[in-house]
Amino acid sequence: MSGHDHGDDGVSRRKVLECMTWAGTGVLWTVTGGVPRALGIIDSAQAATAAAPGMTFLQISDSHVGFDKPANPNALGTLEEAVNKINAMPAKPSFMIHTGDITHLSKAAEFDNAERIISQTKLDVHYVPGEHDFIDEEVKLYRERYGRGTKGHGWYSFDAGGVHFVGLVNVVDLKAGGLGNLGAEQLAWLEDDLRGKSKSTPIVLFAHIPLWTVYPEWGWGTEDGGRALEYVKGFGSVTVLNGHIHQVMQKVEGNVTFHTARSTAFPQPAPGAAPSPGPMKVEDAKLRGMLGVASINFKQNEQRLAIIDTPLQG
Amino acid sequence: MKTLNRRDFGVDLSLALAAAILLPATKARADDMEVHIDNFVFQPAELKIKVGTTVTWTNRDDIPHTVVSAGKFRSKTLDTDDKFSFTFTNAGDYKYFCSLHPHMTGMIKVE
Ligand SMILES: [Cu+2]
Repeated sequence: MSGHDHGDDGVSRRKVLECMTWAGTGVLWTVTGGVPRALGIIDSAQAATAAAPGMTFLQISDSHVGFDKPANPNALGTLEEAVNKINAMPAKPSFMIHTGDITHLSKAAEFDNAERIISQTKLDVHYVPGEHDFIDEEVKLYRERYGRGTKGHGWYSFDAGGVHFVGLVNVVDLKAGGLGNLGAEQLAWLEDDLRGKSKSTPIVLFAHIPLWTVYPEWGWGTEDGGRALEYVKGFGSVTVLNGHIHQVMQKVEGNVTFHTARSTAFPQPAPGAAPSPGPMKVEDAKLRGMLGVASINFKQNEQRLAIIDTPLQG
Repeated sequence: MKTLNRRDFGVDLSLALAAAILLPATKARADDMEVHIDNFVFQPAELKIKVGTTVTWTNRDDIPHTVVSAGKFRSKTLDTDDKFSFTFTNAGDYKYFCSLHPHMTGMIKVE
């Protein structure tokens, strides 16, 4: 794509960026009767048409602004690419959720940079924190910026397009040897928040670390995530979204669909495929195929969900 | 108990070195130990040390980690190549973990 000047990034990097196509290829998923079905690789224009009408929202995750290691020396740059891609979508999503690790080291400048880029989408963004957003000395930068109107360490709920959204925090008070953690206070709040909701209300839970057990050996799961899932059992349509593992993963269990978004910063290996879950170094040309965003579409009264994963480069 | 930051550690080392030159009999820091973080693992995962030993952790991953032993010691977040040192002045078993990646655990046995 022309017209994007990343001039000070060095010649080879600029070349990569200039060669990048913005075709918007992605996989459109539909879930009918609990069975996920990939409709194939389509471009984002078709995806938007296929998904319409209905409410569409976008998920981005794990921007790790401040990360500058070999796996991706410019995490802010690839976040900007994701934002450009979002801005080029033919149909504007209703809003966006960010499932955490906005920053890499919870530094004020990292939060500022992330905000400067993400705000260019001009979308409402609903955040939950990742563990990387909660490591400043007094653990207040995230909360000062995003915590207004939230409970506890930053959990909250809201309604949009007939769907009830719940943002959960599972990166606080992590215990030795354990996984992600919601805690009794948050679980009590969640139970209360869902009480009285009609069982036909579609529910979306989103949190940074997977609420389901993906790979406990790498801490990819939430100790008390099962409790949260019990509370949503009776609902007709439940979608659980998370980040943290930097790769697309999907699972359907009864009326609950679990989905993990890509990172906009760097890929991580498949469970057990490497000695550690650390940043995966891939060839420059492959990196953007492993980063990206997800857009999710709801068709009301159809119990039908379409998830479109859009890599930065298809 | 004394927690050393990197600068203190440097000063201490040079003092220790000077002491060692002046008094060859002084056994300064000969028993100090290192733990490395590689691939989300504390290595060695278990250390047996004597009272008075200083242990230094070095993060060699591209991802930040912490070193936390509840109520005993807590490092700042260690970015790549950052170090944290702690001198063990009391005997006992010190279980510790990374508060960012709690599946990472280690043990220091002080006798
Ligand atoms: Cu860690």
